[in-house]
Amino acid sequence: MFEFPDVLRIPLGDWIDLLMRWVLKHWGPFFDTVGDFLLQVLIYVERFFLWLPWPLVVAGVGVLAWRTMGSWLNGLVMAAFLVLIGTFGYWDMAMMTLAIVTSAVLISLVAGIPTGILMAWSDWVESLVRPVLDAMQTMPSFVYLIPALMLFGLGKVPAVFATIVYAVPPVIRLTNVGIRQVPRSVVEAAEAFGSNRWQILFNVQLPLARPAIMVGINQTTMMALAMVVVTSMIGARTLGLEVLLAINRIEIGRGFEAGLSIVILAIIIDRITHALAARQQQAL
Amino acid sequence: MDEQTVSSRDREVFVEVKELWKIFGPGAENLLDSEVRFASKEEIQEESGCVLGLRDISLEIYKGEFFIIMGLSGSGKSTLIRCFLRLVEPTTGEILVDGEDVCRYDKSRLMGFRRHKASMVFQHYGLLPHYTVLDNVAYGLKVRGTPGGLLGRISDFVPLPSLGRARPSTSEEAGGVDAGPKLLTKEQRYRRAREVIETVGLKGWEDYLPGSLSGGMQQRVGLARALATDPGILLMDEPFSGLDPLIRRQMQDELVELQDRLHKTIIFVTHDLYEALKLGDRIAIMRDGEIIQIGSPEEIITSPADDYVREFVQDASPAKVLTASSIMKQPDVLLYEWEGPKTARQMLRSAEREHAFVVNKNRRLLGLVSRRELSELIERGGKSLREIVHEDLAAGRPDMLVEELFPLATSSPYPVPVLDENGRFLGEVGNRTILDSMIQDKGESEDV
Repeated sequence: MFEFPDVLRIPLGDWIDLLMRWVLKHWGPFFDTVGDFLLQVLIYVERFFLWLPWPLVVAGVGVLAWRTMGSWLNGLVMAAFLVLIGTFGYWDMAMMTLAIVTSAVLISLVAGIPTGILMAWSDWVESLVRPVLDAMQTMPSFVYLIPALMLFGLGKVPAVFATIVYAVPPVIRLTNVGIRQVPRSVVEAAEAFGSNRWQILFNVQLPLARPAIMVGINQTTMMALAMVVVTSMIGARTLGLEVLLAINRIEIGRGFEAGLSIVILAIIIDRITHALAARQQQAL
Repeated sequence: MDEQTVSSRDREVFVEVKELWKIFGPGAENLLDSEVRFASKEEIQEESGCVLGLRDISLEIYKGEFFIIMGLSGSGKSTLIRCFLRLVEPTTGEILVDGEDVCRYDKSRLMGFRRHKASMVFQHYGLLPHYTVLDNVAYGLKVRGTPGGLLGRISDFVPLPSLGRARPSTSEEAGGVDAGPKLLTKEQRYRRAREVIETVGLKGWEDYLPGSLSGGMQQRVGLARALATDPGILLMDEPFSGLDPLIRRQMQDELVELQDRLHKTIIFVTHDLYEALKLGDRIAIMRDGEIIQIGSPEEIITSPADDYVREFVQDASPAKVLTASSIMKQPDVLLYEWEGPKTARQMLRSAEREHAFVVNKNRRLLGLVSRRELSELIERGGKSLREIVHEDLAAGRPDMLVEELFPLATSSPYPVPVLDENGRFLGEVGNRTILDSMIQDKGESEDV
């Protein structure tokens, strides 16, 4: 009956393609250089994780869980979970996964926390960044793979890039919210004593926003881990790749083991960072 | 009352506010150029969408004065006190402190002003919840920077020149952080903070977090933090209104005590009339962003500028405000010691008085004689009034409150003589006068 008229078609997709082609043509060498540099760093991080002796890691996680969650039983359970991954034969894979997740999270924090601070300082920046964050979070995560692939090729670098795009919004949002929630009266008092903007940031706003920022870090980490399976599609060697292979070959048992390993990693990281965030909250 | 005015005229003006306006909302500048600015607060809001904060405020505050800004909520008193530190930016006008216009300070000089010359105590304390009491108190010193400290160097846009009476000059602006005054090392800051903590009576609580302290104690921390920087001006924005009445009174007493020692220039905002009368040397009463009346507590009570002020002060007990000097009268008869008994009796009789005070040639009070004893003296042929003078009289001082005169007056049948510090006779306060002052219409007592 009423078909949408073809004349009204806006070729947004074509424009994006054009833009992408233009970027690749003129900025290709730039991205190559950045990609190469990032790759070197990632390789070192991965080597470090693979170098770590497994008993040390298990003990370290156990102690950390015990100290943060407050019960030695928790520490023991977390350590046992980690050992379980090893028994599946996925220790190295797990470490490589951790290397990528850690790198992505660190870069996300370095980029995300200052962005959150800027948003909190300026309503104008907030109104600009907020819709971008909304888009980043609602866009299906697979979509990020394509530009990542085109800019950086296959492998770890595009994987980390896509992971950052997917995982960075929570830490930005919660930094912004955390700083904006600092009571006006406290900031005003700090101003009244002649604090400049940086003194207020470091003495008042960031310390008081820390619990919120910790929650943001927790969420960012979890989202980065969730992205692991997806990024394996562009050649990142992680536990996700095992899952992917298992799906392709319909090997249910193998898929289950790899999937369970990811879940275990997620639980350990979530519980520890969550406990850290909760402790921050209590301290105030 | 005259004496007070004279003494305040002699004092040095420290803070001067000239034609200060604050209008909230866009288009404030335009509003100031139009006649609408003289309309009522509601009309302005309707006409322009702007909210009138302060209208044409002008006042002078003397050095060492305890100056009260009083008004109900929404009267603009908090806005006004924030203007002194420019926590609220005035729309137009001048605030001269020591001759320098705070409103025209650039960012770095404003920082310097806040760090060195004035500090503020807040109604809601405004303490940093993650800092201990000690760190909170030392905070004002910390933000000044550490001598040669890296952070201070980076985080200050421009170093702070000396903030005495010096005018801004290029040489000062070129000076480094070290040129600024009173930069303290961490140990020095803590030492100073501990001193002040002891002053406000919080010794032993240095390492606690503010959250674990009661409201009164938190406000002591706020006061200590403000005092630590040794500011010339102490701004207090309803500091005690969050406290329960008992603690509030105690804090008021301690503040009075502290002020007797420190002689700061204090600007104190309150909505509590009793607090204002108790603490203030002078009081400014505000309504709808304007100052309606400025005066000493007595002036406010005895001659309210309009019905609003009258209503405001009508519950105030004059006994807590009026002083002996404002209600005392010159007696109808005052006898000198050399006067003969017969003359004295004649004077008393014609004035229809039963007794009279006797003074020497320097007007020093010798005592009191009564008509009956005068007659006895004449009968037995005595020559000098000195023979029958009652010397053991309870005398008042001119600055005594009516409240304090009351027990003196009721303990003797005679009027209470008011003497200056040299024992010279200034006037008398009769029992009737005291009672009258407590019940009469406040408009009348000014012509006493």
